[in-house]
Amino acid sequence: MILFGLVMALKGPSYRLGTLMHMGPGFLPTALGVILICLGIAIAGSALTVAEGEDEDLLPANREWFAWGCILASPLAFMLFGALGGMIPGTFACVFVAALGDRDATLKSMLALSAVVTFFGVLLFSYILQIPMPVLRWGGL
Amino acid sequence: MGWPVIATALTDLFHGFEVAFEPHNLMFCFIGVLVGNMVGVLPGMGPLATISILLPLTFGIKPVGAILMLAGVMYGAQYGGAICSILLNLPCHPPHAVTCLDGFPMTKQGRGGVALGVTVFASFVGASWGITEMIFLAPVLVKVALEFGPAEICSLMLLGLLAGSTLARGSPVKGVAMTVLGLMLGIVGTDIETGAERFTFGMTHLYDGIELIALALGLFGIGEFMNSVNQVSLVNTKYAKVRLRDMRPSKDDIKRSIFPMIRGTLVGSLCALIPGTGPTIASFVAYATEKKVSRTPELFGTGMIEGVVAPETSTHSSVQGDFIPTMSLGIPGDAVMALLLGALMIQGIVPGPQLISEHPDIFWGLVASFWIGNILLVILNVPLIGLWVKMLTIPYKYLYPSAMFFVCIGVYAANNDMFQVGETAVIGFVGYVLMRLGFHPAPILLGFVLGPRFEENFRRALLISRGDLAVFVERPISAVFIGLCVLLIALQVFVRLRPKKNGRTVPQTALESAE
Repeated sequence: MILFGLVMALKGPSYRLGTLMHMGPGFLPTALGVILICLGIAIAGSALTVAEGEDEDLLPANREWFAWGCILASPLAFMLFGALGGMIPGTFACVFVAALGDRDATLKSMLALSAVVTFFGVLLFSYILQIPMPVLRWGGL
Repeated sequence: MGWPVIATALTDLFHGFEVAFEPHNLMFCFIGVLVGNMVGVLPGMGPLATISILLPLTFGIKPVGAILMLAGVMYGAQYGGAICSILLNLPCHPPHAVTCLDGFPMTKQGRGGVALGVTVFASFVGASWGITEMIFLAPVLVKVALEFGPAEICSLMLLGLLAGSTLARGSPVKGVAMTVLGLMLGIVGTDIETGAERFTFGMTHLYDGIELIALALGLFGIGEFMNSVNQVSLVNTKYAKVRLRDMRPSKDDIKRSIFPMIRGTLVGSLCALIPGTGPTIASFVAYATEKKVSRTPELFGTGMIEGVVAPETSTHSSVQGDFIPTMSLGIPGDAVMALLLGALMIQGIVPGPQLISEHPDIFWGLVASFWIGNILLVILNVPLIGLWVKMLTIPYKYLYPSAMFFVCIGVYAANNDMFQVGETAVIGFVGYVLMRLGFHPAPILLGFVLGPRFEENFRRALLISRGDLAVFVERPISAVFIGLCVLLIALQVFVRLRPKKNGRTVPQTALESAE
């Protein structure tokens, strides 16, 4: 809980950055920024007062750093491979990386899943919905 | 008002049925409720995530079909959620958490089929009432709302935002903080009036603002996956075998269900009218009411049919009722409604009081599709329960990577822009961190969707009044809304400061555990 208050305190000033703008378009952002800072202080304050007794952890009971990383890396893989090689490699990489995060994933099941999703995904999005993304190409960007 | 309004409403409704019965609209409605029903059963895939994922797919469809389908997902999921609660004791979706209390004991006694049968019927009754309410109330509301100037719209939005963020779930202060964050995210991009760039940090990709789809998928897609990955859930399907024959309730069951149904409907429709109190609150209030009214309150929790019927009816009545402020005033009551409004905006339709008169086919088509969709759901639910229960055994490890792909391609397809895929990942990460800190991300979406319109009207109101803030208090209707805002805040502070005396009642603790 103390950690929580710290995070809010650190966040406060970063919101302040947004409050400095010229009067016309900046009025509402400024007002919102001030409100948010006040709320941040209120939250941090209430967090500090009940710091004792209540034991809330920032992280859940089981920490899945690897899985979380995989899920976040999955869209990035889609971006990278999608831009480089088109829809097929992009989709395959995206599903594969995401599936990597599961604790009892096997190489075979991951490959199979990626292949199936890629097949139907490309069929659906490229041929039926006509998304203008190259299906396969080499070394684009 | 009076009869002419009702007569017009009925004629318009008739027109709505014509729209909804067009083959492709009927098909989209069917797809919507089917998908909704399915995700309602699956844990870890809420209606929010599903609607966000389906949203990009609707770009190619006409607005009517799109909104029918997305709305179908929304109420279809409510039917599915009940199955999960009653048969498996899994509160997949918060509104149905309270149904577990009496629904699962009934299943254990071998009366799960009866519970389901009654639920399906009760849901239909609740939904029907909600729809009827919408038919007659929405046009009246619109008549009033058309008189609104910018000042009134602004105060009304303020009330909607405040109610949406404080009454929903978790700490009210955190809710308001999230709404403000959403408003700020809505500011990103080029200013509508002066053309100045705000918060773009020099990135050309951000000039058009943050994409609604990226925000929704980041918060409710990626954020949710991170929350549920590798969470071992033991699904106990031991009791989940239900035959069609078992679903017929006995005479006694029906007799016991009628009054809870009526009470549940009333609670639900009341909750729908108060912005911010969605189906979750409605179901808990209905359960508590039933317990209070009952002559044998100590038997609740042991498989009382009243404890299943009342919350389910009120959930459905409030889900349908939630559409009233969304469609007639353009003020969404919760995140799902905000997302639906966003879907309309992407289609180029401006939400607000003029929606019904300018796009009668959308409004009345939607209303008509509610009836059709609900009837479809009643028919679908009976034979499909077994299939849905089987679907629960699909491991999450296959589900979420496939969903990740839909997230990526969906965001990309919205604008053919890879940058937004990255944007989604960043938003997902931030959303997850916020969720772990106890901030519920739903109000962000509410603030985001309403933000630009709020700013526009706020400025316009001040322009008319020549910069005099008093305009919000001087105009009577606006003053009433502001007064309600103040009252709401005062009430929250009062509840906060009141010493906790006799501990917490059961529904409250259950509500917390459902979050």
